[in-house]
Amino acid sequence: MTDQLTRVDGLDDEQPHRADEQTPMRPPSATTGLFEVFRRRYLLRLLVRREISARYQGSFLGLLWSYINPLSQFAIYYFIMGKALGLHDSIPNFPIHIFAALIIVHFFNETMGAGTRSIVGNKALVTKMAVPREMFPVASMLVSLYHVLPQVGIIVAVCFFAGWSPDAVGLAAFFLALAISMLLGMALALFFAAANVFFRDVGSVVGILTNLVRFGVPMIYSYDMVADRFGAVAPYYLLNPIANAVLLFQRAFWTPTLAPGTRNVQLPDHLLTRGLLMVAVSLVVLAIGQLVFSRLQNRVPERL
Amino acid sequence: MTDSIRAEHVSKDFLLRYQRTFKQVTVAKMRRQKTSERFQAVDDVSFTVAQGESIGLMGLNGSGKSTLLKMINGVMRPDSGSLLTRGRIAGLIATGAGFHPQLTGRDNLMLNAAILGMSEAETRRKFDSIVEFAELGSRLDTQVGHYSSGQNARLGFAIAIHVDSDIFLADEVLAVGDKPFRRKCLERMEEVRDSGRTLFYVSHSAGTVRRMCTRVLVLEKGGLAFDGGVEEGIEFLHGEEDEASGPAKIGRGRKSARPDDVLDDDELGADI
Repeated sequence: MTDQLTRVDGLDDEQPHRADEQTPMRPPSATTGLFEVFRRRYLLRLLVRREISARYQGSFLGLLWSYINPLSQFAIYYFIMGKALGLHDSIPNFPIHIFAALIIVHFFNETMGAGTRSIVGNKALVTKMAVPREMFPVASMLVSLYHVLPQVGIIVAVCFFAGWSPDAVGLAAFFLALAISMLLGMALALFFAAANVFFRDVGSVVGILTNLVRFGVPMIYSYDMVADRFGAVAPYYLLNPIANAVLLFQRAFWTPTLAPGTRNVQLPDHLLTRGLLMVAVSLVVLAIGQLVFSRLQNRVPERL
Repeated sequence: MTDSIRAEHVSKDFLLRYQRTFKQVTVAKMRRQKTSERFQAVDDVSFTVAQGESIGLMGLNGSGKSTLLKMINGVMRPDSGSLLTRGRIAGLIATGAGFHPQLTGRDNLMLNAAILGMSEAETRRKFDSIVEFAELGSRLDTQVGHYSSGQNARLGFAIAIHVDSDIFLADEVLAVGDKPFRRKCLERMEEVRDSGRTLFYVSHSAGTVRRMCTRVLVLEKGGLAFDGGVEEGIEFLHGEEDEASGPAKIGRGRKSARPDDVLDDDELGADI
Protein backbone atom coordinates (compact mmCIF):
# COMPACT_ATOMS: atom_id res chain seq x y z
CA MET A 1 0.00 0.00 0.00
CA THR A 2 2.78 2.38 0.91
CA ASP A 3 4.51 1.73 -2.39
CA GLN A 4 1.43 2.50 -4.37
CA LEU A 5 0.78 5.69 -2.50
CA THR A 6 4.14 7.16 -3.26
CA ARG A 7 3.84 6.11 -6.85
CA VAL A 8 0.51 7.87 -7.22
CA ASP A 9 1.80 11.07 -5.80
CA GLY A 10 4.84 11.18 -8.00
CA LEU A 11 7.47 13.35 -6.45
CA ASP A 12 5.67 13.53 -3.15
CA ASP A 13 8.21 12.58 -0.52
CA GLU A 14 6.01 12.84 2.50
CA GLN A 15 3.34 10.36 3.42
CA PRO A 16 -0.05 11.73 2.39
CA HIS A 17 -2.67 11.75 5.07
CA ARG A 18 -5.31 9.09 4.61
CA ALA A 19 -8.76 9.18 6.10
CA ASP A 20 -9.44 6.43 8.62
CA GLU A 21 -12.08 5.60 11.22
CA GLN A 22 -11.05 8.65 13.21
CA THR A 23 -11.82 11.04 10.38
CA PRO A 24 -15.38 12.23 10.94
CA MET A 25 -18.00 11.90 8.25
CA ARG A 26 -19.43 15.23 7.30
CA PRO A 27 -21.54 16.85 4.60
CA PRO A 28 -19.20 17.70 1.70
CA SER A 29 -20.87 21.07 1.20
CA ALA A 30 -20.29 22.19 4.78
CA THR A 31 -18.60 25.57 4.99
CA THR A 32 -18.01 28.08 7.74
CA GLY A 33 -18.52 31.06 5.46
CA LEU A 34 -16.15 33.97 5.93
CA PHE A 35 -14.04 32.04 8.44
CA GLU A 36 -13.38 29.43 5.78
CA VAL A 37 -12.17 32.19 3.47
CA PHE A 38 -9.54 33.30 5.94
CA ARG A 39 -8.54 29.71 6.63
CA ARG A 40 -7.71 29.40 2.95
CA ARG A 41 -5.60 32.53 2.71
CA TYR A 42 -3.31 31.06 0.09
CA LEU A 43 -6.17 30.62 -2.37
CA LEU A 44 -7.48 34.07 -1.49
CA ARG A 45 -4.08 35.56 -2.24
CA LEU A 46 -3.95 33.87 -5.64
CA LEU A 47 -7.49 34.99 -6.50
CA VAL A 48 -6.65 38.57 -5.59
CA ARG A 49 -3.49 38.43 -7.67
CA ARG A 50 -5.41 36.99 -10.62
CA GLU A 51 -8.01 39.72 -10.34
CA ILE A 52 -5.39 42.46 -10.19
CA SER A 53 -3.43 41.21 -13.17
CA ALA A 54 -6.52 40.31 -15.20
CA ARG A 55 -8.66 43.38 -14.60
CA TYR A 56 -6.88 45.58 -17.10
CA GLN A 57 -5.48 42.89 -19.40
CA GLY A 58 -5.39 44.03 -23.00
CA SER A 59 -5.68 47.70 -22.13
CA PHE A 60 -2.79 49.97 -23.03
CA LEU A 61 -2.75 52.05 -19.86
CA GLY A 62 -3.39 49.03 -17.64
CA LEU A 63 -3.24 49.66 -13.95
CA LEU A 64 -3.10 53.41 -14.56
CA TRP A 65 -6.87 53.34 -15.08
CA SER A 66 -7.25 52.77 -11.37
CA TYR A 67 -5.90 56.24 -10.85
CA ILE A 68 -7.33 57.92 -13.91
CA ASN A 69 -10.87 57.12 -12.79
CA PRO A 70 -10.75 58.76 -9.36
CA LEU A 71 -8.57 61.58 -10.69
CA SER A 72 -11.07 62.40 -13.41
CA GLN A 73 -13.87 62.42 -10.85
CA PHE A 74 -11.72 64.63 -8.70
CA ALA A 75 -11.19 67.02 -11.62
CA ILE A 76 -14.93 67.18 -12.33
CA TYR A 77 -15.84 67.95 -8.74
CA TYR A 78 -12.96 70.35 -8.40
CA PHE A 79 -13.92 72.44 -11.41
CA ILE A 80 -17.70 72.17 -11.38
CA MET A 81 -18.27 72.36 -7.65
CA GLY A 82 -15.24 74.32 -6.67
CA LYS A 83 -14.98 76.87 -9.45
CA ALA A 84 -18.44 77.04 -10.97
CA LEU A 85 -20.40 76.82 -7.73
CA GLY A 86 -17.79 78.76 -5.80
CA LEU A 87 -17.12 76.31 -2.99
CA HIS A 88 -13.42 77.16 -2.98
CA ASP A 89 -14.16 80.25 -1.00
CA SER A 90 -16.41 78.67 1.61
CA ILE A 91 -14.39 75.49 2.25
CA PRO A 92 -10.71 75.94 3.06
CA ASN A 93 -8.31 73.52 1.31
CA PHE A 94 -11.21 72.31 -0.80
CA PRO A 95 -9.15 69.94 -3.02
CA ILE A 96 -7.98 67.95 0.01
CA HIS A 97 -11.53 67.94 1.34
CA ILE A 98 -12.77 66.38 -1.90
CA PHE A 99 -9.90 63.98 -2.36
CA ALA A 100 -10.04 62.57 1.17
CA ALA A 101 -13.74 61.90 0.72
CA LEU A 102 -13.28 60.54 -2.78
CA ILE A 103 -10.84 57.85 -1.62
CA ILE A 104 -13.42 56.43 0.80
CA VAL A 105 -16.36 56.80 -1.58
CA HIS A 106 -14.46 55.21 -4.44
CA PHE A 107 -13.23 52.33 -2.27
CA PHE A 108 -16.67 51.64 -0.86
CA ASN A 109 -18.43 51.83 -4.21
CA GLU A 110 -15.82 49.65 -5.90
CA THR A 111 -16.11 47.04 -3.15
CA MET A 112 -19.87 47.01 -3.46
CA GLY A 113 -19.98 47.11 -7.27
CA ALA A 114 -17.24 44.58 -8.03
CA GLY A 115 -18.44 42.41 -5.15
CA THR A 116 -21.97 42.35 -6.55
CA ARG A 117 -20.68 41.14 -9.90
CA SER A 118 -18.19 38.68 -8.41
CA ILE A 119 -20.39 35.57 -8.08
CA VAL A 120 -21.99 35.90 -11.51
CA GLY A 121 -18.59 36.76 -12.99
CA ASN A 122 -16.99 33.64 -11.57
CA LYS A 123 -19.77 31.41 -12.81
CA ALA A 124 -17.41 28.70 -14.06
CA LEU A 125 -15.87 28.25 -10.63
CA VAL A 126 -19.04 28.72 -8.62
CA THR A 127 -21.08 26.12 -10.49
CA LYS A 128 -18.37 23.52 -10.73
CA MET A 129 -15.94 23.72 -7.86
CA ALA A 130 -16.43 23.38 -4.14
CA VAL A 131 -14.91 26.70 -3.15
CA PRO A 132 -16.32 28.78 -0.32
CA ARG A 133 -18.29 31.29 -2.36
CA GLU A 134 -17.66 34.15 0.05
CA MET A 135 -14.16 33.99 -1.43
CA PHE A 136 -15.16 36.04 -4.47
CA PRO A 137 -16.71 39.11 -2.79
CA VAL A 138 -13.83 39.11 -0.29
CA ALA A 139 -11.30 38.97 -3.12
CA SER A 140 -12.94 41.92 -4.91
CA MET A 141 -12.87 43.89 -1.67
CA LEU A 142 -9.14 43.21 -1.29
CA VAL A 143 -8.51 44.20 -4.90
CA SER A 144 -10.26 47.52 -4.27
CA LEU A 145 -8.22 47.95 -1.10
CA TYR A 146 -5.07 47.36 -3.11
CA HIS A 147 -6.02 50.30 -5.33
CA VAL A 148 -6.56 52.52 -2.30
CA LEU A 149 -2.91 52.36 -1.28
CA PRO A 150 -1.41 54.62 -4.00
CA GLN A 151 -4.27 57.07 -3.55
CA VAL A 152 -3.37 57.33 0.12
CA GLY A 153 0.22 57.89 -0.98
CA ILE A 154 -0.89 60.79 -3.17
CA ILE A 155 -2.97 62.44 -0.47
CA VAL A 156 -0.19 62.08 2.10
CA ALA A 157 2.20 63.83 -0.29
CA VAL A 158 -0.30 66.61 -1.04
CA CYS A 159 -1.04 67.08 2.66
CA PHE A 160 2.64 67.48 3.48
CA PHE A 161 2.82 70.27 0.94
CA ALA A 162 -0.21 71.89 2.57
CA GLY A 163 1.51 71.92 5.96
CA TRP A 164 0.12 68.68 7.37
CA SER A 165 1.19 67.51 10.81
CA PRO A 166 0.13 63.89 11.42
CA ASP A 167 -1.26 63.08 14.85
CA ALA A 168 -2.34 59.98 16.77
CA VAL A 169 -6.05 60.84 16.66
CA GLY A 170 -5.78 61.29 12.91
CA LEU A 171 -4.13 57.90 12.56
CA ALA A 172 -6.88 56.25 14.60
CA ALA A 173 -9.48 58.04 12.49
CA PHE A 174 -7.75 56.80 9.32
CA PHE A 175 -7.96 53.15 10.37
CA LEU A 176 -11.52 53.48 11.67
CA ALA A 177 -12.60 54.97 8.35
CA LEU A 178 -11.03 52.12 6.39
CA ALA A 179 -12.51 49.53 8.77
CA ILE A 180 -16.03 50.93 8.35
CA SER A 181 -15.85 51.00 4.56
CA MET A 182 -14.27 47.56 4.39
CA LEU A 183 -16.78 45.86 6.67
CA LEU A 184 -19.88 47.59 5.37
CA GLY A 185 -18.76 47.28 1.74
CA MET A 186 -18.14 43.57 2.37
CA ALA A 187 -21.55 43.13 3.99
CA LEU A 188 -23.42 44.74 1.10
CA ALA A 189 -21.24 42.95 -1.45
CA LEU A 190 -22.18 39.58 0.09
CA PHE A 191 -25.83 40.45 0.12
CA PHE A 192 -25.99 41.87 -3.40
CA ALA A 193 -23.69 39.21 -4.88
CA ALA A 194 -26.12 36.47 -3.86
CA ALA A 195 -29.20 38.49 -4.83
CA ASN A 196 -27.66 39.31 -8.22
CA VAL A 197 -27.71 35.61 -9.10
CA PHE A 198 -31.48 35.53 -8.77
CA PHE A 199 -32.28 38.90 -10.30
CA ARG A 200 -29.80 40.76 -12.44
CA ASP A 201 -31.82 43.89 -11.57
CA VAL A 202 -29.63 44.09 -8.50
CA GLY A 203 -26.85 45.60 -10.60
CA SER A 204 -29.06 48.60 -11.35
CA VAL A 205 -30.06 48.96 -7.71
CA VAL A 206 -26.39 49.04 -6.78
CA GLY A 207 -25.88 51.76 -9.40
CA ILE A 208 -28.47 53.94 -7.66
CA LEU A 209 -26.96 53.21 -4.27
CA THR A 210 -23.55 54.18 -5.59
CA ASN A 211 -24.87 57.59 -6.56
CA LEU A 212 -26.59 57.98 -3.23
CA VAL A 213 -23.31 57.27 -1.44
CA ARG A 214 -21.51 59.83 -3.59
CA PHE A 215 -23.87 62.62 -2.61
CA GLY A 216 -24.79 61.41 0.86
CA VAL A 217 -21.36 62.14 2.26
CA PRO A 218 -19.62 65.47 2.88
CA MET A 219 -17.50 65.43 -0.26
CA ILE A 220 -18.61 68.23 -2.56
CA TYR A 221 -20.12 70.13 0.36
CA SER A 222 -18.77 70.47 3.88
CA TYR A 223 -20.26 69.06 7.05
CA ASP A 224 -21.26 72.46 8.46
CA MET A 225 -23.54 73.01 5.46
CA VAL A 226 -25.59 69.94 6.46
CA ALA A 227 -27.29 71.53 9.45
CA ASP A 228 -28.14 74.67 7.40
CA ARG A 229 -29.35 73.18 4.18
CA PHE A 230 -30.49 69.62 4.72
CA GLY A 231 -33.49 70.69 6.79
CA ALA A 232 -35.42 67.79 8.29
CA VAL A 233 -32.86 65.21 7.12
CA ALA A 234 -29.97 66.85 8.96
CA PRO A 235 -30.44 65.06 12.34
CA TYR A 236 -30.26 61.69 10.59
CA TYR A 237 -27.27 62.55 8.44
CA LEU A 238 -24.74 61.01 10.81
CA LEU A 239 -26.60 57.69 10.89
CA ASN A 240 -24.97 56.93 7.56
CA PRO A 241 -21.83 54.90 8.37
CA ILE A 242 -20.09 56.01 5.17
CA ALA A 243 -20.65 59.68 6.03
CA ASN A 244 -18.89 58.91 9.31
CA ALA A 245 -16.07 57.15 7.50
CA VAL A 246 -15.62 60.16 5.24
CA LEU A 247 -15.60 62.55 8.20
CA LEU A 248 -12.99 60.36 9.92
CA PHE A 249 -10.85 60.40 6.80
CA GLN A 250 -11.15 64.17 6.66
CA ARG A 251 -10.15 64.29 10.32
CA ALA A 252 -7.05 62.31 9.34
CA PHE A 253 -6.04 64.38 6.31
CA TRP A 254 -8.05 67.54 5.83
CA THR A 255 -8.45 69.28 9.22
CA PRO A 256 -4.77 68.96 10.20
CA THR A 257 -3.91 71.10 7.16
CA LEU A 258 -6.24 73.93 8.21
CA ALA A 259 -5.14 77.03 10.08
CA PRO A 260 -5.21 76.55 13.89
CA GLY A 261 -8.44 77.67 15.51
CA THR A 262 -10.68 76.66 12.63
CA ARG A 263 -10.06 72.93 13.06
CA ASN A 264 -12.77 71.79 15.39
CA VAL A 265 -15.72 73.75 14.08
CA GLN A 266 -15.80 71.83 10.82
CA LEU A 267 -16.51 68.34 12.14
CA PRO A 268 -19.07 66.84 14.54
CA ASP A 269 -18.16 65.99 18.15
CA HIS A 270 -17.18 62.54 19.42
CA LEU A 271 -15.91 61.54 16.02
CA LEU A 272 -13.83 58.57 17.20
CA THR A 273 -16.56 57.24 19.48
CA ARG A 274 -19.05 57.46 16.63
CA GLY A 275 -16.50 55.74 14.43
CA LEU A 276 -16.14 52.82 16.85
CA LEU A 277 -19.91 52.55 17.05
CA MET A 278 -20.12 52.47 13.28
CA VAL A 279 -17.52 49.68 13.13
CA ALA A 280 -19.78 47.72 15.50
CA VAL A 281 -22.83 48.48 13.35
CA SER A 282 -20.94 47.39 10.23
CA LEU A 283 -19.98 44.13 11.94
CA VAL A 284 -23.63 43.45 12.71
CA VAL A 285 -24.61 44.20 9.11
CA LEU A 286 -21.80 41.91 7.97
CA ALA A 287 -23.15 39.10 10.15
CA ILE A 288 -26.60 39.63 8.62
CA GLY A 289 -25.07 39.72 5.13
CA GLN A 290 -23.32 36.42 5.80
CA LEU A 291 -26.55 34.89 7.08
CA VAL A 292 -28.48 35.94 3.99
CA PHE A 293 -25.64 34.76 1.78
CA SER A 294 -25.58 31.32 3.41
CA ARG A 295 -29.33 31.00 2.98
CA LEU A 296 -29.34 32.05 -0.65
CA GLN A 297 -26.25 30.19 -1.78
CA ASN A 298 -27.96 26.78 -1.67
CA ARG A 299 -29.78 27.73 -4.83
CA VAL A 300 -26.94 29.66 -6.43
CA PRO A 301 -25.35 26.95 -8.64
CA GLU A 302 -28.64 26.01 -10.30
CA ARG A 303 -29.70 29.60 -10.92
CA LEU A 304 -26.50 30.82 -12.48
CA MET B 1 -14.34 -1.55 6.33
CA THR B 2 -15.09 2.10 6.95
CA ASP B 3 -17.69 3.97 5.00
CA SER B 4 -16.51 6.57 2.57
CA ILE B 5 -19.76 7.96 1.17
CA ARG B 6 -23.11 7.53 2.82
CA ALA B 7 -26.24 8.82 1.09
CA GLU B 8 -29.59 8.48 2.82
CA HIS B 9 -32.76 9.49 0.98
CA VAL B 10 -30.95 12.22 -0.91
CA SER B 11 -33.20 14.38 -3.07
CA LYS B 12 -32.58 17.47 -5.11
CA ASP B 13 -35.05 19.40 -7.20
CA PHE B 14 -34.68 22.34 -9.51
CA LEU B 15 -37.13 25.12 -10.06
CA LEU B 16 -37.58 25.72 -13.74
CA ARG B 17 -38.89 29.16 -14.60
CA TYR B 18 -40.53 29.76 -17.92
CA GLN B 19 -40.67 33.54 -17.69
CA ARG B 20 -37.88 35.77 -16.54
CA THR B 21 -39.21 39.30 -16.51
CA PHE B 22 -41.92 40.99 -14.50
CA LYS B 23 -43.97 41.60 -17.64
CA GLN B 24 -43.80 37.98 -18.79
CA VAL B 25 -44.69 36.65 -15.36
CA THR B 26 -47.69 38.98 -15.06
CA VAL B 27 -49.01 38.05 -18.50
CA ALA B 28 -48.56 34.35 -17.75
CA LYS B 29 -50.35 34.65 -14.43
CA MET B 30 -53.28 36.42 -16.05
CA ARG B 31 -53.55 33.66 -18.61
CA ARG B 32 -53.30 31.15 -15.77
CA GLN B 33 -50.26 29.51 -17.29
CA LYS B 34 -47.62 27.83 -15.20
CA THR B 35 -44.78 30.21 -14.39
CA SER B 36 -42.51 27.64 -12.89
CA GLU B 37 -42.23 23.93 -12.39
CA ARG B 38 -40.34 21.74 -9.99
CA PHE B 39 -38.12 19.16 -11.56
CA GLN B 40 -36.84 16.29 -9.46
CA ALA B 41 -33.24 15.79 -10.55
CA VAL B 42 -32.30 13.31 -7.83
CA ASP B 43 -35.10 11.45 -6.11
CA ASP B 44 -34.67 9.66 -2.80
CA VAL B 45 -31.33 8.01 -3.50
CA SER B 46 -29.68 5.90 -0.80
CA PHE B 47 -26.43 3.99 -0.97
CA THR B 48 -23.26 3.41 1.00
CA VAL B 49 -19.78 3.21 -0.44
CA ALA B 50 -17.01 1.61 1.57
CA GLN B 51 -13.53 3.05 1.48
CA GLY B 52 -11.51 1.65 -1.40
CA GLU B 53 -14.49 0.63 -3.51
CA SER B 54 -14.62 1.78 -7.10
CA ILE B 55 -18.08 2.68 -8.22
CA GLY B 56 -19.31 3.23 -11.75
CA LEU B 57 -22.26 5.58 -11.87
CA MET B 58 -24.24 5.05 -15.04
CA GLY B 59 -27.51 6.18 -16.53
CA LEU B 60 -29.00 7.87 -19.55
CA ASN B 61 -28.56 11.56 -20.19
CA GLY B 62 -30.60 13.59 -17.74
CA SER B 63 -30.90 10.80 -15.22
CA GLY B 64 -29.29 12.91 -12.50
CA LYS B 65 -25.72 11.59 -12.56
CA SER B 66 -24.04 14.95 -12.67
CA THR B 67 -26.32 16.43 -10.03
CA LEU B 68 -25.53 13.54 -7.71
CA LEU B 69 -21.84 13.98 -8.38
CA LYS B 70 -22.07 17.71 -7.70
CA MET B 71 -23.65 16.98 -4.36
CA ILE B 72 -20.91 14.53 -3.43
CA ASN B 73 -18.36 17.10 -4.53
CA GLY B 74 -20.01 19.70 -2.31
CA VAL B 75 -21.00 22.13 -5.04
CA MET B 76 -24.70 21.52 -4.45
CA ARG B 77 -26.52 20.70 -1.28
CA PRO B 78 -29.30 18.10 -1.09
CA ASP B 79 -32.77 19.53 -0.47
CA SER B 80 -33.61 16.63 1.80
CA GLY B 81 -31.90 13.54 3.08
CA SER B 82 -28.35 13.38 4.27
CA LEU B 83 -25.13 12.97 2.38
CA LEU B 84 -21.93 12.37 4.33
CA THR B 85 -18.40 11.81 3.13
CA ARG B 86 -15.16 10.99 4.87
CA GLY B 87 -11.87 12.68 4.07
CA ARG B 88 -10.73 14.89 1.29
CA ILE B 89 -12.55 14.91 -2.02
CA ALA B 90 -10.97 15.66 -5.35
CA GLY B 91 -11.24 14.46 -8.83
CA LEU B 92 -11.68 14.97 -12.48
CA ILE B 93 -14.80 17.04 -12.50
CA ALA B 94 -14.86 20.08 -14.69
CA THR B 95 -11.11 19.96 -15.04
CA GLY B 96 -9.77 23.31 -16.02
CA ALA B 97 -12.92 25.08 -14.87
CA GLY B 98 -12.03 28.63 -14.04
CA PHE B 99 -8.90 28.75 -16.14
CA HIS B 100 -8.34 32.38 -16.92
CA PRO B 101 -7.61 32.70 -20.65
CA GLN B 102 -5.39 35.72 -20.20
CA LEU B 103 -3.12 34.24 -17.56
CA THR B 104 -0.24 31.92 -18.36
CA GLY B 105 -0.39 28.18 -17.92
CA ARG B 106 1.89 28.51 -14.92
CA ASP B 107 -0.37 31.01 -13.14
CA ASN B 108 -3.46 29.00 -13.93
CA LEU B 109 -1.77 25.87 -12.65
CA MET B 110 -1.02 27.49 -9.29
CA LEU B 111 -4.53 28.94 -9.02
CA ASN B 112 -6.35 25.79 -10.07
CA ALA B 113 -4.30 23.70 -7.66
CA ALA B 114 -5.20 26.08 -4.85
CA ILE B 115 -8.88 25.90 -5.78
CA LEU B 116 -8.66 22.13 -5.61
CA GLY B 117 -7.31 22.48 -2.10
CA MET B 118 -3.56 22.16 -2.49
CA SER B 119 -1.33 24.20 -0.22
CA GLU B 120 1.49 26.31 -1.57
CA ALA B 121 4.14 23.81 -0.45
CA GLU B 122 2.20 20.91 -1.92
CA THR B 123 1.89 22.71 -5.26
CA ARG B 124 5.60 23.48 -5.39
CA ARG B 125 6.44 19.90 -4.56
CA LYS B 126 4.24 18.52 -7.33
CA PHE B 127 4.81 21.29 -9.85
CA ASP B 128 7.33 19.49 -12.07
CA SER B 129 5.35 16.29 -12.01
CA ILE B 130 2.20 18.13 -13.10
CA VAL B 131 4.00 19.93 -15.91
CA GLU B 132 5.50 16.70 -17.10
CA PHE B 133 2.14 14.94 -17.06
CA ALA B 134 0.49 17.79 -18.97
CA GLU B 135 3.16 17.59 -21.70
CA LEU B 136 3.08 21.32 -22.24
CA GLY B 137 6.80 21.93 -22.46
CA SER B 138 7.65 25.50 -23.35
CA ARG B 139 4.01 26.51 -23.74
CA LEU B 140 3.66 26.64 -19.98
CA ASP B 141 4.47 30.32 -19.95
CA THR B 142 2.07 31.38 -22.70
CA GLN B 143 -1.52 32.43 -22.17
CA VAL B 144 -4.00 29.62 -21.68
CA GLY B 145 -6.31 31.38 -24.15
CA HIS B 146 -3.89 30.36 -26.89
CA TYR B 147 -3.88 26.69 -25.94
CA SER B 148 -5.63 24.10 -28.05
CA SER B 149 -8.55 22.38 -26.39
CA GLY B 150 -6.40 19.30 -25.92
CA GLN B 151 -3.63 21.24 -24.19
CA ASN B 152 -6.20 22.95 -22.00
CA ALA B 153 -7.70 19.65 -20.98
CA ARG B 154 -4.30 18.06 -20.36
CA LEU B 155 -3.30 20.82 -18.00
CA GLY B 156 -6.60 20.62 -16.11
CA PHE B 157 -6.37 16.86 -15.90
CA ALA B 158 -2.75 16.88 -14.78
CA ILE B 159 -3.52 19.23 -11.90
CA ALA B 160 -6.63 17.37 -10.79
CA ILE B 161 -4.97 13.97 -10.77
CA HIS B 162 -2.17 15.25 -8.54
CA VAL B 163 -4.52 16.32 -5.78
CA ASP B 164 -4.21 13.92 -2.92
CA SER B 165 -7.63 12.75 -1.82
CA ASP B 166 -9.55 10.00 -0.10
CA ILE B 167 -12.44 10.10 -2.52
CA PHE B 168 -11.71 10.48 -6.19
CA LEU B 169 -14.55 11.61 -8.44
CA ALA B 170 -14.44 11.46 -12.22
CA ASP B 171 -17.07 12.71 -14.61
CA GLU B 172 -16.64 11.50 -18.18
CA VAL B 173 -13.37 13.30 -18.44
CA LEU B 174 -11.67 11.11 -20.92
CA ALA B 175 -13.51 12.59 -23.87
CA VAL B 176 -10.70 14.97 -24.70
CA GLY B 177 -7.11 14.45 -25.56
CA ASP B 178 -5.48 12.09 -28.01
CA LYS B 179 -5.19 8.36 -27.66
CA PRO B 180 -1.84 8.15 -25.86
CA PHE B 181 -2.96 10.75 -23.35
CA ARG B 182 -6.24 8.97 -22.72
CA ARG B 183 -4.39 5.74 -22.14
CA LYS B 184 -2.09 7.50 -19.68
CA CYS B 185 -5.07 8.95 -17.84
CA LEU B 186 -6.73 5.60 -17.50
CA GLU B 187 -3.53 4.09 -16.14
CA ARG B 188 -3.35 6.91 -13.65
CA MET B 189 -6.92 6.31 -12.54
CA GLU B 190 -6.13 2.66 -12.07
CA GLU B 191 -3.28 3.65 -9.80
CA VAL B 192 -5.70 5.79 -7.82
CA ARG B 193 -8.07 2.87 -7.54
CA ASP B 194 -5.36 0.43 -6.53
CA SER B 195 -4.01 2.75 -3.85
CA GLY B 196 -7.07 2.14 -1.70
CA ARG B 197 -8.83 5.39 -2.43
CA THR B 198 -12.52 5.45 -3.16
CA LEU B 199 -13.22 5.92 -6.84
CA PHE B 200 -16.53 7.30 -8.05
CA TYR B 201 -16.66 7.27 -11.81
CA VAL B 202 -19.48 8.61 -13.96
CA SER B 203 -19.52 7.16 -17.43
CA HIS B 204 -21.58 6.01 -20.35
CA SER B 205 -18.80 3.79 -21.51
CA ALA B 206 -19.28 0.19 -20.55
CA GLY B 207 -15.71 -0.58 -21.54
CA THR B 208 -14.05 1.71 -19.04
CA VAL B 209 -16.54 0.95 -16.31
CA ARG B 210 -15.76 -2.72 -16.76
CA ARG B 211 -12.07 -1.96 -16.55
CA MET B 212 -12.17 0.48 -13.63
CA CYS B 213 -15.03 -0.44 -11.36
CA THR B 214 -16.11 -3.15 -8.95
CA ARG B 215 -19.69 -2.03 -8.52
CA VAL B 216 -22.23 -0.19 -10.63
CA LEU B 217 -25.02 2.20 -9.68
CA VAL B 218 -27.57 3.05 -12.35
CA LEU B 219 -29.74 6.13 -12.07
CA GLU B 220 -33.07 6.31 -13.84
CA LYS B 221 -35.03 9.58 -13.86
CA GLY B 222 -33.34 10.65 -10.66
CA GLY B 223 -33.93 7.47 -8.73
CA LEU B 224 -31.51 4.66 -8.00
CA ALA B 225 -32.62 1.84 -10.31
CA PHE B 226 -29.76 -0.58 -9.89
CA ASP B 227 -27.02 -1.21 -7.36
CA GLY B 228 -24.82 -4.25 -7.79
CA GLY B 229 -22.24 -6.01 -9.89
CA VAL B 230 -20.59 -4.50 -12.95
CA GLU B 231 -21.84 -6.92 -15.61
CA GLU B 232 -25.39 -6.93 -14.28
CA GLY B 233 -25.36 -3.14 -14.10
CA ILE B 234 -24.21 -2.76 -17.69
CA GLU B 235 -26.76 -5.34 -18.78
CA PHE B 236 -29.46 -3.45 -16.89
CA LEU B 237 -28.50 -0.19 -18.52
CA HIS B 238 -28.55 -1.67 -22.00
CA GLY B 239 -32.06 -2.94 -21.40
CA GLU B 240 -33.02 0.56 -20.44
CA GLU B 241 -31.32 2.10 -23.45
CA ASP B 242 -33.16 -0.25 -25.78
CA GLU B 243 -36.40 0.71 -24.16
CA ALA B 244 -35.60 4.39 -24.59
CA SER B 245 -34.50 4.16 -28.19
CA GLY B 246 -37.46 1.99 -29.12
CA PRO B 247 -37.85 0.15 -32.41
CA ALA B 248 -35.41 2.47 -34.19
CA LYS B 249 -32.49 0.37 -33.08
CA ILE B 250 -33.63 -2.75 -34.83
CA GLY B 251 -31.17 -3.85 -37.41
CA ARG B 252 -28.15 -2.28 -35.74
CA GLY B 253 -27.60 -5.41 -33.77
CA ARG B 254 -25.88 -3.55 -30.98
CA LYS B 255 -26.36 -6.28 -28.44
CA SER B 256 -24.73 -9.03 -30.39
CA ALA B 257 -21.73 -7.05 -31.53
CA ARG B 258 -21.08 -4.63 -28.75
CA PRO B 259 -17.97 -2.73 -29.78
CA ASP B 260 -17.18 -1.30 -26.38
CA ASP B 261 -14.39 -3.59 -25.45
CA VAL B 262 -11.70 -2.66 -22.99
CA LEU B 263 -9.07 -1.61 -25.43
CA ASP B 264 -11.28 0.28 -27.81
CA ASP B 265 -10.24 3.73 -26.73
CA ASP B 266 -12.30 5.55 -29.30
CA GLU B 267 -15.35 4.79 -27.31
CA LEU B 268 -13.91 6.74 -24.41
CA GLY B 269 -14.37 9.87 -26.39
CA ALA B 270 -17.88 9.04 -27.40
CA ASP B 271 -19.52 11.79 -25.42
CA ILE B 272 -18.76 14.67 -23.19
